[in-house]
Amino acid sequence: MNPYLDLFITFSKIGGLTFGGGYAMLPMLQREVAENRQWATEAEIMDYYAIGQCLPGLIAVNTAIFVGSKTKGAPGGIAAALGVVFPSLVIITIIAAFLNNFADIRIVQNAFAGIRACVLALIVNAILKLRKGALVDLPAILLCAAVFALAALTDISPILYVICSALAGIAIQTVIARRRAS
Amino acid sequence: MILLQLFYEFFKIGLFAVGGGLATLPFLERVCEATGWFSHQTLVDMIAVSEATPGPIGINMATYAGYATAGIPGAICATLGEIAPSMIMVVLLARFLKAFAVNPTVKAIFYGIRPASVALIAAAGFGVLKITLLNLDASSEGLLAIFQWKSLALALAIFAALDIKKWKIHPALAIACSAAIGIVFRFAE
Repeated sequence: MNPYLDLFITFSKIGGLTFGGGYAMLPMLQREVAENRQWATEAEIMDYYAIGQCLPGLIAVNTAIFVGSKTKGAPGGIAAALGVVFPSLVIITIIAAFLNNFADIRIVQNAFAGIRACVLALIVNAILKLRKGALVDLPAILLCAAVFALAALTDISPILYVICSALAGIAIQTVIARRRAS
Repeated sequence: MILLQLFYEFFKIGLFAVGGGLATLPFLERVCEATGWFSHQTLVDMIAVSEATPGPIGINMATYAGYATAGIPGAICATLGEIAPSMIMVVLLARFLKAFAVNPTVKAIFYGIRPASVALIAAAGFGVLKITLLNLDASSEGLLAIFQWKSLALALAIFAALDIKKWKIHPALAIACSAAIGIVFRFAE
């Protein structure tokens, strides 16, 4: 098979069969990419996954691009990325079209009113999980509190917070390193 | 040209959202407020559908937002916009990736961005809370009428259930159950 098509199809399968985003993708990646195709070793996949989390963008997409570009260069990376998003495009478009047409039906409205309560619980749950890796010391906690207060009270673009907190991260770590050195 | 605008907005999200799918939520809320392409209500439905269907959550939300804004071409443009920064970055950085991941400055940057990302998601979660639990139209009927008690009870129950580690409740299952509960107990009425 054409290697690009192969990448596209394999990553479509991975994207289409994993529920719950990036974290749920790992076992599937190991089976398809390491065992079946041998495009990368399990250790490499773990590396990609770890680096993928530290880069902007989505973990699943970043990991797919790593594997694709390792196998077939930049075009391979693009084929893998398109593959991993393809099922979402199809499935979500169908559901969104359906909801557009049936949003006025009582039963759909009731169902979504229930689902919204669930989404709230899922978001709180996700924040508590993310907190563990993010709020590692006192400066990080203070930074989080400051950003939350500003974001809740003002109307500034999130991009600005990301840039400022990146600079704050560098500043805090520099101070910590200096203290340690002296 | 709305398709180009969509691509550009989601390109920015792909470039600046760090920490997985839900990290795109504050950015989507910003797009919602700044452009009016979709409502807050749609945004919450978007999260629900994205969590309950296969595929990366961030991509699902981008596709949904794009579709809500400009149909199928919109879905495609938003999704491609969101993955374009990753493509460019990974292809450019491919050789230096290992060095990149252990670089102290890069580590310091992410040390700063991660707590900010949690804060931004929490602030966006506040918006969801307002839509879900408060019924501000009913404020004339007294303080008690403002709260959506049924939704509050369900949200607390699901939160408690998700917290029980050995149950390992999948988000899709929690969403399916709450849809059923919503229908049975007529949540929207």
